[in-house]
Amino acid sequence: MQNKRGNILINLDWITIAVYFVLVFLGWINIYSAVYDENHSNIFDFTQRYGKQLIWISAAIFLIFIVLIIDSKFYSAFAYPFYGVGITLLVLVLFVGIEVNTSKSWFEIGSFQMQPVEFTKITICLALAQFLSSLNFSWEKPKSILILFALLALPVLLIFIQNDTGSALVFFSFIFVLYREGLNKVLFITSFALIALFILALVTNLEVLVITILIASVIGYLLTSSRNINSKIIFYSFLLYASVSIVLLNYTDIFMGKEIILILINVSIVSLQMIIMFLINRNKTLILFAVLLISVSGFVFSVDYLFYNVLQTHQQNRINELLGKNNDPLGVGYNVNQSRIAIGSGGFTGKGFLQGTQTKYNFVPEQSTDFIFCTIGEEWGFIGTSIVLVLFMFLIVRIIILSERQRSKFSRIYGYGVASILFFHVAVNIAMTIGLAPVIGIPLPFFSYGGSSFWAFTILLFIFIKLDADRLQIFR
Amino acid sequence: MRTIEGRKYTIIGIVVVLFLIIWIKLFNLQILDISLKISSDNNSQRKIVIYPSRGLIYDRNGVLLVSNEAAYDLMLIPRNIKEFDTLSLCSDLDINIECFRERLKNCREYSGYRPSLFYKQITATQYAILQEHTYKYPGFFVQNRTLRRYKEGIAAHVLGDVGEVSLETLKSDFYYSGGDYAGKSGVEQYYEKILRGKKGVKVYLVDVYGNIKDSYMEEKYDTLSEPGQDLTLTIDTDLQKYGEYLMLNKIGSIVAIEPASGEILSLVSSPGYDPQLLVGRNRGNNFDSLINEKSKPLINRAISSTYPPGSVFKLAIAIVGLQEGVLKPYTSYPCDKSIVGCHGHPPANSVEKAIQYSCNPYFYFVFKTLVQRGIEKSIFKDARIGLEMWKEKIVALGFDRVYDIGIPGVNKGQVPGADFYDRLYGKHSWAFSTIYSLGIGQGELLISPLQMANFCAIIANRGFYYNPHIVKEIDHNPTKGTNTQKIFTPFDKSYFEIVANGMENVVNEEYGTGYYARISDIRVCGKTGTAENPHGEDHSIFVAFAPKDQPKIAIAVYIENAGFGGVWAAPIARLMIEHYIKGEVSDLKLEKRIAEEKFVNKQETNAE
Repeated sequence: MQNKRGNILINLDWITIAVYFVLVFLGWINIYSAVYDENHSNIFDFTQRYGKQLIWISAAIFLIFIVLIIDSKFYSAFAYPFYGVGITLLVLVLFVGIEVNTSKSWFEIGSFQMQPVEFTKITICLALAQFLSSLNFSWEKPKSILILFALLALPVLLIFIQNDTGSALVFFSFIFVLYREGLNKVLFITSFALIALFILALVTNLEVLVITILIASVIGYLLTSSRNINSKIIFYSFLLYASVSIVLLNYTDIFMGKEIILILINVSIVSLQMIIMFLINRNKTLILFAVLLISVSGFVFSVDYLFYNVLQTHQQNRINELLGKNNDPLGVGYNVNQSRIAIGSGGFTGKGFLQGTQTKYNFVPEQSTDFIFCTIGEEWGFIGTSIVLVLFMFLIVRIIILSERQRSKFSRIYGYGVASILFFHVAVNIAMTIGLAPVIGIPLPFFSYGGSSFWAFTILLFIFIKLDADRLQIFR
Repeated sequence: MRTIEGRKYTIIGIVVVLFLIIWIKLFNLQILDISLKISSDNNSQRKIVIYPSRGLIYDRNGVLLVSNEAAYDLMLIPRNIKEFDTLSLCSDLDINIECFRERLKNCREYSGYRPSLFYKQITATQYAILQEHTYKYPGFFVQNRTLRRYKEGIAAHVLGDVGEVSLETLKSDFYYSGGDYAGKSGVEQYYEKILRGKKGVKVYLVDVYGNIKDSYMEEKYDTLSEPGQDLTLTIDTDLQKYGEYLMLNKIGSIVAIEPASGEILSLVSSPGYDPQLLVGRNRGNNFDSLINEKSKPLINRAISSTYPPGSVFKLAIAIVGLQEGVLKPYTSYPCDKSIVGCHGHPPANSVEKAIQYSCNPYFYFVFKTLVQRGIEKSIFKDARIGLEMWKEKIVALGFDRVYDIGIPGVNKGQVPGADFYDRLYGKHSWAFSTIYSLGIGQGELLISPLQMANFCAIIANRGFYYNPHIVKEIDHNPTKGTNTQKIFTPFDKSYFEIVANGMENVVNEEYGTGYYARISDIRVCGKTGTAENPHGEDHSIFVAFAPKDQPKIAIAVYIENAGFGGVWAAPIARLMIEHYIKGEVSDLKLEKRIAEEKFVNKQETNAE
């Protein structure tokens, strides 16, 4: 038993490691394909991206050894100092960093470029695990919540300042971690609902949305409360009122440019009616719905405000494009359009290795980095994309299952962190290449070209594998 | 605590569901949506059109009239434009930036992803520079084309011109794409489908900048271009050139036909122009100035202008009269100048003499007997019947019809019938006295020079003709079909003989009106005509064929506003005949006098 605990080679989760290497290998040959040209066809040509990626991969294997050799207690013990270093780098990059694609998020040392944000994913994940697993932490203590908030908000804020929105959004995936560790269910559902509403608010007309919410809340009320005559009256009067509002909105120009006033009148009248009804029959659900109605309407309007006043033009454009509001295939949506064409043209079996015309002739920008999934889609077809998808899903679910078998809370939380980060990256990256999510420019783990992100994902994963290998050393 | 641990299932559930959504979307994109595959092909495949060389055009003796020369067009696919050094391109093309923007806008308006013509016919030097630089200008490429070269600078109206296809043609004929050339007039237009050949296509794979990377599917979808077929015209370059020389500074036309075949030896319309003017970059400007020219040089008068035939028409009246039996070869009519004017001449006591003297009262009477047959009591009804019978015969002589000669724009002309006068005067309110001027070739008659030349050929052949045509061989094989069919007219051969004798006398006998056409050793048969022109000086007309037996050439000469037919048209016909039959002209003084004479300024309005 003691021997088993001590032998790291036996305790390593070789399945995860195998999946990792399969993904890395697939990534590498797809980078080769994405940047392939006849003049540099040698796959070991180190002047080309696939050659460089091979260097990163070799170096990563070295890194893996280091990660696995280091005592697992080191990661929890040094979680906060690492966090400090991460934050320092994020601050530093604001001053001495260079700007790439409007994001000031790169360090340049000689001919090498490094993106600190990739590594802060590790440090924040460690710090989060350390903090949530500490005995001081409790969901009941406001101080704990406050520190937790600060812990996450600080790096996110810094990354936002760098203008690297995509990377900042990655940290929202920690909602899964928090949920697993006891975050209020209502909060979890609310945040999901808010995201859904956020997208809806952008997709549809505000007016239509608010009226839909109005009707929905009335129907919701009717479904949850006793069916007395009063509620029927309310229901029909609201329905009539909503219809009149729609007609007014669509067929008159009285409210031209002032639809917001009409909506406000709507919302307040409906809320008022609900409150009056509450005063009459003392049904608490009525008040609940009135509050819900007002807050939801408020949120929808704040989305509108946020969208036009906080997001930058290129982000607005990309979101608009995604939501089908822009129809300009050569403009903003060019990337997504070409990427969809590439993936779609792959068909069932794909065009074959190095045969992708979209890929080979550079129709998709950023193809070896953020849009590497196109190459898979075009050259390996639906079979290829399905395999990659299954591999990633397997990896993520595997990490979650491994996390659950951890004896230490730290390891489990860290594991969930790794799974969340990978999930967010994979889901959003693939979704953006097929037009399901806005183009926010985050890499596909293990596939996208680039040393920083590749190393960061590798270290991120292997710290967990190390923690998992050492799980038996921890006594409950 | 139990519930919290259960949350892992929620999380795994969310992960699986989201992956499933992505997977369904991928299935939709990759398996169900076919449009994306097409987009991908459109993206990466460029069809390079291989333009065939246009067919060459030769004259009847194998002289090359039209050939090709290489030209280069700068094409653009607006979608493929990336940021590039516009100033460098402007300097390569020697245009300014406003011009560049304008052209770019035009291309974009045509299509974002189809090649459109950015700058046409760049010079060889510019081509050389651009070939080196095109890699710097994504979206641009050079397209090879051929331009026409009109070597002899003659017969512009026959050959026609080639220009960019119009938008209407683009819509109706899918063979063409923007910037293609097609025949716009003349033989170039009529024989477009033969001359143009067949475009070939080479499919290449291109990258996002439009640079060619590879051929597609090992050239499986490539097609070869087929060169256009050559044409051999019936035109005699020498005679054509000579005719154009004689017609310098005159308005009018010459049509010469070989009676034994219907081949048009020359088709001169004056004023003419050098067909080379309508080739190349200056085509637009030259076209504008030609179309605005007062003398309308773009009109092919030989086939599309029609005039009253004047006295030449007496030949037709004579033939119809003889055939109908109202006129006997030795019928005599008094030269009664009180009816219609005439000039002093000995008595016309036979058809031959009447033709020789061109006696107006004689043909007045002949026409009267043709129209007023006495079939009906009412002269109005009678005239209706008579005129219809007359018209039927006249039309049989080749008037009032469109000849399919191989160039577009042939005018039908007009021989008025009963309906025509019914419309003009009302039914049964006109009779011979209303329309008598038809008998001497005036009035509402409209005949084109081509019809007149063909009529002359009928007389030369003594009663038959071949459809007059301009193209002898296609791809060096004789044309088949209607052009080789002898068409007989419903008249007795002997009546043509009588008319031919009269025409011989016109030229060769005393008191003949066409003595200027006399050639000492060739028996020329001719007839003068003077078409009254209400807008100015009379038009001078002369038709002739020669030699009398086994004629080699039938010719019609029209000169607008030149007065009496015998004075100007006759000597031109004579020179043409002599030049054609003998290869040289004996009377050089006459030739010089004719060529130097100007009638251009006498014109007020063109005859219809």
